[in-house]
Amino acid sequence: MRRFFGSSVTKKLVMALAGLFLITFLIVHLTINLFLLSDDPDPFNKAAHFMASNPLIKIFEVVLMGGFLIHIICGVILQIQNWMARPKRYKVTYPSQTSFFSKYMIYLGIIILIFLFLHFMNFFFIKLGWVEGDHENFYGIAHDLFHMPQYLVIYLFSFLILAFHLNHAFQSAFQTLGLNHAKYTPVIKGIGLVYSIVVPVGYSIIPIVIYFFK
Amino acid sequence: MNITLKIWRQKNKQDKGKFVTYKLDGVSTEMTFLEMLDYLNEKLIKEDADPVAFDSDCREGICGMCGLYINGRPNGPEKGVTTCQLSMSVFKDGKKITVEPWRSKAFPVIKDLVVDRSTFDKLIQVGGYISANTGAAPEANSIPIKKEDVDRAFDSGICIGCGTCVAACKNASAMLFVSAKISQLSLLPQGRVEAKERVQAMVLKMDELGFGNCTNTGACEAECPKEISLSNIARMNREFYKAKIS
Ligand code: FES
Repeated sequence: MRRFFGSSVTKKLVMALAGLFLITFLIVHLTINLFLLSDDPDPFNKAAHFMASNPLIKIFEVVLMGGFLIHIICGVILQIQNWMARPKRYKVTYPSQTSFFSKYMIYLGIIILIFLFLHFMNFFFIKLGWVEGDHENFYGIAHDLFHMPQYLVIYLFSFLILAFHLNHAFQSAFQTLGLNHAKYTPVIKGIGLVYSIVVPVGYSIIPIVIYFFK
Repeated sequence: MNITLKIWRQKNKQDKGKFVTYKLDGVSTEMTFLEMLDYLNEKLIKEDADPVAFDSDCREGICGMCGLYINGRPNGPEKGVTTCQLSMSVFKDGKKITVEPWRSKAFPVIKDLVVDRSTFDKLIQVGGYISANTGAAPEANSIPIKKEDVDRAFDSGICIGCGTCVAACKNASAMLFVSAKISQLSLLPQGRVEAKERVQAMVLKMDELGFGNCTNTGACEAECPKEISLSNIARMNREFYKAKIS
């Protein structure tokens, strides 16, 4: 296993790069989601259609799925190795660390993965034709979903979890890349904190506005 | 003062081990933690019981032999101290203190609180050195080195190899130790010569010995008695990538 996936540092690097790629994608996706706030379904549906048909995006889609898979596979392998590194656990533990959410990354990640699956069922699989649905009107699907209180709660909860995940992820990726600097690391940490709040809040505002005002 | 100790007792490597509780009176706040354990052991010897095995050597924070996991933290509640430097004055009268050995697959328990840290020696053996000719020491000032580099190398070089980082890390990762050793040498011209081989060999060995993978949690940095910085791990990563691509 080790020969195939490389050393600990290599796996961490791959994990960080895939993570940063996903972090970038979150912004792209959020930008498209903002069209949902418009009363006109056209811009969003056009954007969704463009995403579904443009060959360049098709390639990007494969890369994106690869990014997810690599991030998940590396994460799971590293986590299993980490559990094995301490077969007998401490009786008493005191939480000392500098990054709080780092301790729960695997669990946060699993919750996000479950949400992702739900999300795929609702959108991506419809686009692929695996699940029944009107693939010409994702705007309608999204609006219908966001009017369901259960879905709204699941959605908001998932993005809260994502915020926790991102809170550690952002600065951690830079540290893994070897970018640690007395002057710039606090800046990176600051940007990471802002990102981990602004992006999930951005995603969360959309369904709230739709639920209450549209 | 009176304290209650809950100490991990394990006869040997194979023994399953268990916690044993000891009530101890007459502990002075002027004792160090290890002196308190000595005091307990004297009592146990008088009672013809088996004294608690624990490691120590210098008892002044320089050899790295003494680490214990005290109330859920390596080296107890004080910041920037080894276990031997920990004073009993930080504990309140009547306090219950749980003492455990370092827990890691790579540090198996030998007896009670003593663990086998020879995996650290193995790490040093694969690269934590520079190759130099024997004979008279060369003139120290013949290779000029920037003051900042010397200082940074020194900050990494003060690592005493106590294993606190591994004990503190939720993943039992040795990356702070390994990166401190790599940094200390790679920051200086004498160490640069073998830098490429060193970082690859040490990282490989670290994985092989069963240490975990760093998740940038920072518990090692927070608990390290010498307050070695996480930036060493970033430097090790950089060195590793550089070695791999060049
Ligand atoms: S006994 Fe030497 S550092 Fe504690």
